[in-house]
Amino acid sequence: MSDVWIVGAGIHRFGRTEGRSGLDMGVAAIRAALTDAGVDWADMQFAFGGSDASGNADTMVGRLGLTGLPFINVRNGCATGGSALTAATGEITAGRYDLGIAVGFDKHPRGAFDPMPSDWGLPDWYGAAGFMLTTQFFAMKLARYMDEYGISTRTLGRVAEKSFLNGSLTEHAWRRDPVDIETILAAPMVSDPLTKFMFCSPAEGAVALVLASGARARALGAPAIRLDAIAMRTRPPGSFEVFSPCLDLERGGSATRIASRDAFEAAGIGPQDIDVAQLQDTEAGAEIMHMAENGFCRDGEQEAWLAEGRTRLDGRLPVNTDGGCIACGEPIGASGLRQVYENVMQLRGACGARQVGGAPRTAYSHVYGAPGVSAVAILSR
Amino acid sequence: MNTRPIAAGLFDEGASPRLRGGRHRQTGRFVFPCPQGGERDSYDEVRLASTGTLWSWTIQRFRPKSPPYTGPEAFEPFALGYVALAGQTIVEARLTGMAFDAIRIGMALRLTTLPFATDPDGTTVLIYAFEPDGDRAS
Repeated sequence: MSDVWIVGAGIHRFGRTEGRSGLDMGVAAIRAALTDAGVDWADMQFAFGGSDASGNADTMVGRLGLTGLPFINVRNGCATGGSALTAATGEITAGRYDLGIAVGFDKHPRGAFDPMPSDWGLPDWYGAAGFMLTTQFFAMKLARYMDEYGISTRTLGRVAEKSFLNGSLTEHAWRRDPVDIETILAAPMVSDPLTKFMFCSPAEGAVALVLASGARARALGAPAIRLDAIAMRTRPPGSFEVFSPCLDLERGGSATRIASRDAFEAAGIGPQDIDVAQLQDTEAGAEIMHMAENGFCRDGEQEAWLAEGRTRLDGRLPVNTDGGCIACGEPIGASGLRQVYENVMQLRGACGARQVGGAPRTAYSHVYGAPGVSAVAILSR
Repeated sequence: MNTRPIAAGLFDEGASPRLRGGRHRQTGRFVFPCPQGGERDSYDEVRLASTGTLWSWTIQRFRPKSPPYTGPEAFEPFALGYVALAGQTIVEARLTGMAFDAIRIGMALRLTTLPFATDPDGTTVLIYAFEPDGDRAS
């Protein structure tokens, strides 16, 4: 178990903020995290940060102060935040530094992402033919899973309904209005079986976390949350990933499964010990599949879990307590750290109307993204 | 009518079209399409099976952004899926010749081609697709 602590957390609200760049939001999140920790930018010994589409994180030193600190940019798709946190954790674990910061931010244009084939090692015809859409992948991974394990579309609706309800209680969320399940199910299909209310949308936002060694955290005296374990992994053979012109007949595991396994092993606990979880919910089905891939239930048990409300705020394992990507939107570089921010707040008991009961002691976060990357972080207090 | 595949060498045209895949020279692993460039030497080009079963599917309901999409401006939703070719690989493909509400995982399919777009000189651009295989209807 690591001796790395989160002593400060800051967020710039997700959604749309006209007239403010991704870098502006990153600076705001860093300032909020520094204030939260009771430290100054000049105290930061190192920084890791990144965005997918909103510029170079290290340019923020021009706004924050030219202290000469090492600031390393990270660009790792949906795992950008998780990778920044992994790298920052390593600096403290190695004993090189005892106080630093990880930041993730992004600002995407409206509409679906429009990746180019050559950036993904694919021939141009694949995009020309209309296959270069993340939405298709999520829908087809889900359609297969639903067929194999008996998941109903109503269960997808229940996930999205919970997301919007939780988002309505979350200051940093984008979607602040509840949406009822019948509206969700009756909405236009984007990519069958997923309706428009079941998908997250590209959006904007930023998160920063101040990290400290155990000794430094104690000296600061702030209410610290321990980062018990973090694991960032790439895909194993036979996984099912976005932008795949073909798949091996012999099906295998996933980046999520190995990141989860390794994080639990490092933390010395198991899924049954987790009190609150944030799981990548690019769409409602992803939350369902990731419940099993992260070991919280067996394949197919989600049908009963959702019907019984076990993942609601008052359930046995609340999942995506701030509404997740569905209610907060998806700024690629920021989402992974948003999950950790939400877990820090839940463990502090600082979540107000969306605070989960029972004074949670352990929290789990999981991101997944193209082309088969995942990062899992386990926190405790 | 002049026709061409959406990409040269992607598939054989004609009454009995075939996808051109690759088989890894060491491992025997099948892939589609046949890799080009730096990876090309590691693979033998092979004609993949022309029949298979549906592994998963969805409907593309909105017009994809251009670039990279090069289909016509007028957009009609289309079905696509992954088709398992026994003993080879699972290929991603358009689906055709079936109502959206008749699509079922496990259904028997065979390869065909269909018009995708028209070049400025009038040449019809063909894309590969799978359609219900009447002889093996499940």
